[in-house]
Amino acid sequence: MTLELSLNQQPAHARQGSSIGQPLTRRDGFLKVTGAARYAADNHPPGMLYAVLAVSSIARGRVAALDVEAAKAHKGVVEVMTPKNRPALAADPDAKDHPFMFRLDLLQNDQVRYPNQSIAVVIAETLEAATEGAALLSPRYEVMPARVGLDGAESIVPRAVGVGGPAVQHKGDVEAGLKSAKTRIEATYETPAQYHNAMEPHAIVVAWEGDTLSIDTPSQGLAMAQGRIAGLFGIAPENIHIRSPFLGGGFGSKGMISGPQVLGILAARLVGRPVKLVLRREQMYGPVGHRAPTRQTLRMGMDGEGRLTALDHHAKTASSTFDDFFEPAADASHTLYASPAIATSHDAVRLDTGTPLFMRAPGEATGSIALESAIDEAAYACGMDPLEFRLRNYAEVEPMTGKPFSSKALRECYRQAAETFGWASRPIQPRLMRDADGFLTGWGMGTATFPAIMFQAEARAVLRADGSGVMETGAQDMGQGAWTAFAQIAADGLGLDIDQVDFRAGSSDLPNAGIAGGSGHTATAGMAIHNAGAAVIARLADLATGDEGSPLYGAGNEGVLARGGRLYRRDDESRGESYAEILTRAGLTEIEGHGKGAPDPASQEAYAKHAHGAVFAEVKVDPDFGQIRVTRLVGAFAAGRVINPRLVRSQYYGGMIWGVSFALHEEAITDRRSGRIQNANLAEYHVPVNADVPSIEALLVHEDDPHVNALGIKGVGEIGITGTAGAVANAVWHATGVRPRRFPVRIEDLLG
Amino acid sequence: MRDFDYIRPATIPDAIAAAAEPGSAYLAGGTNLLDLMKGGITSPERIVDISRLPELNRIERLDDGGLRIGALVRNADLAYDPAFAKSYPAVAEALLSGASAQLRNAATVGGNLLQRTRCSYFYDTASACNRRQPGTGCDALEGENRLHAVLGWSDACIATHPSDFCVPLVALDAVVEIEGKKGRRHVSLEEFHRLPGETPQRENALEPGDLIVAVRLPAEAASFSANARYLKVRERTSYAFAVVSAAAALVVDGGKIRAARLALGGVAAKPWRARSAEAVLLGADASEATFASAADAALADASPSGDNAFKIELARRIVIRALISALSGTPERLPALPASPFSNIPGARHDA
Repeated sequence: MTLELSLNQQPAHARQGSSIGQPLTRRDGFLKVTGAARYAADNHPPGMLYAVLAVSSIARGRVAALDVEAAKAHKGVVEVMTPKNRPALAADPDAKDHPFMFRLDLLQNDQVRYPNQSIAVVIAETLEAATEGAALLSPRYEVMPARVGLDGAESIVPRAVGVGGPAVQHKGDVEAGLKSAKTRIEATYETPAQYHNAMEPHAIVVAWEGDTLSIDTPSQGLAMAQGRIAGLFGIAPENIHIRSPFLGGGFGSKGMISGPQVLGILAARLVGRPVKLVLRREQMYGPVGHRAPTRQTLRMGMDGEGRLTALDHHAKTASSTFDDFFEPAADASHTLYASPAIATSHDAVRLDTGTPLFMRAPGEATGSIALESAIDEAAYACGMDPLEFRLRNYAEVEPMTGKPFSSKALRECYRQAAETFGWASRPIQPRLMRDADGFLTGWGMGTATFPAIMFQAEARAVLRADGSGVMETGAQDMGQGAWTAFAQIAADGLGLDIDQVDFRAGSSDLPNAGIAGGSGHTATAGMAIHNAGAAVIARLADLATGDEGSPLYGAGNEGVLARGGRLYRRDDESRGESYAEILTRAGLTEIEGHGKGAPDPASQEAYAKHAHGAVFAEVKVDPDFGQIRVTRLVGAFAAGRVINPRLVRSQYYGGMIWGVSFALHEEAITDRRSGRIQNANLAEYHVPVNADVPSIEALLVHEDDPHVNALGIKGVGEIGITGTAGAVANAVWHATGVRPRRFPVRIEDLLG
Repeated sequence: MRDFDYIRPATIPDAIAAAAEPGSAYLAGGTNLLDLMKGGITSPERIVDISRLPELNRIERLDDGGLRIGALVRNADLAYDPAFAKSYPAVAEALLSGASAQLRNAATVGGNLLQRTRCSYFYDTASACNRRQPGTGCDALEGENRLHAVLGWSDACIATHPSDFCVPLVALDAVVEIEGKKGRRHVSLEEFHRLPGETPQRENALEPGDLIVAVRLPAEAASFSANARYLKVRERTSYAFAVVSAAAALVVDGGKIRAARLALGGVAAKPWRARSAEAVLLGADASEATFASAADAALADASPSGDNAFKIELARRIVIRALISALSGTPERLPALPASPFSNIPGARHDA
């Protein structure tokens, strides 16, 4: 039984919760800090062997020879899997049936198309033997010149950017708008390749039993992974059981099953024993996705009042030579600033690199730092305060489509964040502020935005005769606290205290919870949970209101309320009884209900749905050395209903720190000749340390959204990066007078 | 990882005998060696674990007023030794500006001297590197080299030595106490590390089997305690190697510089003692003009080895600032962010 609710319906059987909105701590926190949480690589089935990848050190060419004999002669090595003996697959790993299917390197041939591509798998009794076996393969290559960098190949216009978005879009006449402008700016910004670098490497532990598969592996999308593996191996999805109770971060890199994970499955099939395969840190720089580099040019025209007359955003990016993912950076200009003419366009080069993929705010993050920098330049060109300029160009409807926003509390975000930060005393001119120690001080701001996306999800709810409840959905907790937030929604959905609910997730034998991505997991799986709760409560209410022995008998028309494990008459709350009593009298041990979460097509058509925010940053810059420190960050975000303010704030902190990282730290340094990444480790691929973020504040701005979904949830996972990166860049300019044009900002850019 | 023999000798002579065999490597804190082994950059056949040898983990005051630091003293233990930090504040500051708290708890004094360069081409075994594999060439020369050497480099190698600790040590005339097959000998730290020349694989004065047993600071080193600083510019506030660093130590009397020590880090294959700058400083007025002349002298022979010309100007400015900081006096307590330009947070204690 499925019951779907929309806000336009007054449900006959309402639940009144008290868990949603509570700042509960993570339910998995204790397990994690005590080390009891079992991550994929912690599993060790009997008879298990260790598989280690041998990866390519060249970017392009073919493997001419592998010394398989030497590897197999090494003590403990059981087998070496190469294209010659790799078990057959039921599907071509180079097939691409839909945009979410990415081509995988599964030893289908001897070709090399990027550095760190898998070229063999060594399987051994110990990790050490497998590792040495991989080294003993001593590959010889036929090497072709690598195509590296945004100027490394001929430019093309992609058929689509992101997931199926047009590469070129416009409304109005940008050239005319620029021509009529009183003030114009044009600026180009470069962003580097970045890698997800989840703390937990991609890992898989696999056991075959006949044609059924038992898998422990981190996944942001269990059902998709199950479907992909089923297709590759020609077995039924229900014969594949994937457990992913904890992810040590994903950020998009665990959204789709990756090549190395499938190689683990193949290795287990080849040797007929369980196998564990864990990527080394440096092996994560290639086969599991990254954020592509961009070079973005923005042109803006403004009238005498500082109103945009035209906004043109072009982004050049890169993909691999063999697959399509194009960072939709320019699309960031579709949603934030009102302009009669907007044009966005993309072009790209195909490089000898692993295929770029979704990485936390794909397109939004890269586009935002360029757009927010350019807006800052435009404000200064007009002699205006950057906040005043943004308010002058505030979009009352979505600029590109003209649709009304489902809700938009951005003005309130600007107001609260600016006030908390103390923005009003900022001088417009750069390089005017110094602190008591003589450091150049700068204040910058940026606007944050991210779409409120929903996918498809299902959940199953059970009420038991002992008065407890169960909620099941194959949701994924990447460390963001999804299990806790979902349990809160489940508790309210079932009208129970959270301790009375057994919430189950993280396993593919549970109902499909969709993907933990696009900041849409809480909304999507949350709505499935909410609706499953409604469905089972409706069944329970039907039992009670149809039973002459119940004090609720005959309340069907008025409806009942579910709260604290009891049903009450809506018109007379003194009349009610417990779930246990209802079920016991009905002679049932349990009843169940099912729910779905999905976007509502009608409201999708009618409204533009986005979360918004405003971020203010203070930086200090050493005037002689150009060393930068972000001394203060204040963000205010409006993203609809907040399920758990503690977790939401933590998501904003994480996103904002990613923004600092984007502006000042992160960069994959690629050798321009070999195409190999030179800093594929966490010592030299810099992300901020605690000392880099001494003060960070996230304000939760109230926002009711009646259109996104019945719970009013938008999503908070990615928005924090947007706005923040630009705010930091703009603060660097305000401190120094030097406009950052490439990121991360480097010391030599500020030495003067 | 290649199989290797693991030996844990009970005495220093046993250790030296074991390590004198070809293909041996000493293991102390392991913070660099184990990474090198996992990456296939080095593949020793025999690991001689000295981490439990007695007598190498002591800090001893010597009768002549000097100090002897055992080779196995942990970086953190040395930095947090109150008497040590008071006498040699720039050394303590340098120690605490290096790596992370976890690494400093494991890394040893002797190992710090012997850490290998962080040149990415040295670590990338598919690249040509004369230091890792003599005669193969240097892929850093035309590669990604914005952080490489600007002093003392050769066409054979443009790598830098990454240590912070060694920079004030070399400024203070530290001496390396080495025990080998022929007994004990002393080599000044300045002569201990070698510039690459044509043989970048010969990184220091050690012969096979040689074991660093201690680092000595002469009595005079403590005379700078009132005016000694270490300053390090890096690309994040903690857990990053120096882009450029400097240790400066002065004795000033009546506005005149009576003694001066200056060394640079992150600029060469060895901690770089700037003796020509010291000559400019000695006897001169303790003024910014003097410091600027000293900085010019320190960098007079510098030249970019690649896309790193900015490091020369940056080094000049760091020298001047380090000298100004030294002149203004050693802070009462170690700054919250040791060696950082952003160290001036009143009242904040070190916790980075």
